[in-house]
Amino acid sequence: MTRTLWDSSLGKKTVMAVSGLIMLLYLVVHMIGNLKIFFGSGEFNHYAHWLRTMGEPFLHYEWALWIVRVVLVAAVVLHAVSAYQLSRRDIRARPAKYVHRKPRASYATRTMRWGGIILGLFIVWHILDLTTGTVHPGGFQSGHPYQNVIDTFSTWYGNTIYIVAMLALGLHVQHGFWSAAQTLGAGSATRDRVLKTIANALAAVLTLGFICVPVAVMTGVVS
Amino acid sequence: MKLTLRVWRQKNADAPGTMSTYEVDGISQDMSFLEMLDTLNEELILAGDDPVAFDHDCREGICGACSLVINGDAHGPERTTTCQLHMRSFEDGDTIDIEPWRASAFPVVKDLVVDRSAFDRIIQAGGYISAPTGTAPEAHAAPVPKPDADFAFEHAECIGCGACVAACPNGSAMLFTSAKINHLNVLPQGAPERETRVLDMVGQMDSEGFGGCTLTGECATACPKGIPLPSISAMNKEWLRATRKVRR
Ligand code: HEM
Ligand code: SF4
Ligand code: FES
Repeated sequence: MTRTLWDSSLGKKTVMAVSGLIMLLYLVVHMIGNLKIFFGSGEFNHYAHWLRTMGEPFLHYEWALWIVRVVLVAAVVLHAVSAYQLSRRDIRARPAKYVHRKPRASYATRTMRWGGIILGLFIVWHILDLTTGTVHPGGFQSGHPYQNVIDTFSTWYGNTIYIVAMLALGLHVQHGFWSAAQTLGAGSATRDRVLKTIANALAAVLTLGFICVPVAVMTGVVS
Repeated sequence: MKLTLRVWRQKNADAPGTMSTYEVDGISQDMSFLEMLDTLNEELILAGDDPVAFDHDCREGICGACSLVINGDAHGPERTTTCQLHMRSFEDGDTIDIEPWRASAFPVVKDLVVDRSAFDRIIQAGGYISAPTGTAPEAHAAPVPKPDADFAFEHAECIGCGACVAACPNGSAMLFTSAKINHLNVLPQGAPERETRVLDMVGQMDSEGFGGCTLTGECATACPKGIPLPSISAMNKEWLRATRKVRR
C-alpha cells in the first residue's frame, strides 16, 4: 500500500494533498491564536504558555506541543519532497515548448512552485526568528512572545519578509485547497463552485488574518 | 484569402526541426483547415518539395487522428477537432503558426505527425471489459441507471486525439485516462475489472512518461469532445478506492 502510493504519480499527489491540508488546518488555528495579540501582552503570553501545558495532566509539559511539531515537520518534508519529485516529472514530460506561446492558467496556478519555495524559506526564517530566536532582532526573550513579535515587526525586513510570504501563502492556498479536493476525489461538476468559494475564502481569511499583526505593530495599534 | 503559414518541419524523429514559412493564396472561408493544408501540399509537390506530413483520417471529427497545435491552441481557436475547424475562423492576411503535439510521450515522427501509441498501451492495460463473445447479449439484461448511462456516455465521447496532453503544461494524460476509466468503471459491464483497470491504466500512464495533474484545466479547455476537468477527480477517487480494495 505504501509503495503503491509513493511509486504512483497519483499517490504522491495524494501525499501532497494530505500534507498540505494538515498544514492548512494548522495555519487556521495558528492565525486565530495570533489574533490574541490584540488583547494585550498578558493574554498573548498566557496563551503561549498554555500551548506548552496543553494536554496536562494526561500529557507531560510540552508533550502536546512536540507532537504537533513532529507532525508538522513530517508534513512539510513530505509535501516538499513530493512537490519536488512531481515537478521534476512534469518538466521532463514536456521538454519542448511551443513556439507560439500563450500564458493561460491563473496566476495562483502558475506560481505554485515558486510560491512553495518562498513558503519553505519563510518557514525556516520564521522558526529561527520567533521559536529559537537565532536570527531575532534585539535580544530574544524566551517566554515573552509578545515582546518578540513587536521586535520583529519593528524592522523593515521583518515586515517585508512576513507580508510577502503571507501573500504567497494566500495564492498557494487558493489553488492548493481546490487542487487538494480534486486530488482526493471530492471534485465534481456540481461541487466545483462551492470548493472554489471555500478556497478563495480560506486564502483571503488566512492572508488578512496573518498580515493584520505586522500592520498593527507598524501603525502602533499594538505596541 | 491569402495566408502566411509558419509550419514545424522535421525530417524524422532524430533530425532537428524548425519553423518554415510558406505563403498560400486562394483559400476559401469554407475550406477546412486540413483542406487549406492540402492546398499548400499540392503547391509543394508541384514545386518538387516535400509535402508537409500531418495526421488525418475521418475528417468528420470522430476518429481522433488529426492533431495540430494552431497558434498555440491544440486543435486551434474553436472547440472542435482540427478537421472540423474552418478557415472562416481566420482573417485574410493572418499569419498562422502550426506545430505538432508536444510531449515527451508523443515523439515527433515527421513534421506534424507524432507517435501516439502510448495511448494504445494505456488502453491495452485495462481499457476493455471481459465479455463472452458470440451473439450480442440481450440489451436489457444488465440494467444501467440513467445517470450512470449519461456519465458513461459523456466519457465515451473521448476520441483519443491527445489534445489534452498537447495543451497541458505538464504533458499529462490524465484527462484521456480518466475518460477511458470513468466510461467503463461506472457500468455493470466494467465492474469485474473495476479496481485492476484503474490501477493498471494509471500505472501504464505513469510509465509512458506523461506528467501529473496540477489542475491548470488546459486539457478540458482544449478537448474537442468536452470531457470535463472533474473527470480527473472522479478517476482519482476510483484509484484511491482501488488501492484500498485490492490489498484486502
Ligand atoms: C515547504 C514549502 C512548500 C512547497 C515547496 C510547496 C509546493 C507545492 C507544490 C509544487 C504544489 C503543487 C502545485 C500544483 O498542483 O500545481 C503544492 C500543492 C499544495 N500545497 Fe504546497 N508547498 C509548500 C508549502 C505549503 C504550505 C505551508 C501549505 C499549507 C497551507 C501548502 C498547501 C498545499 C496544498 C493544500 C496543495 C494542494 C495539493 C494538491 O494539489 O493536491 N503548501 N505545494
Ligand atoms: S480527453 Fe478530449 S482531448 Fe483528450 S484524447 Fe480524449 S477527446 Fe482528445
Ligand atoms: S480527422 Fe478524424 S477527427 Fe479529425
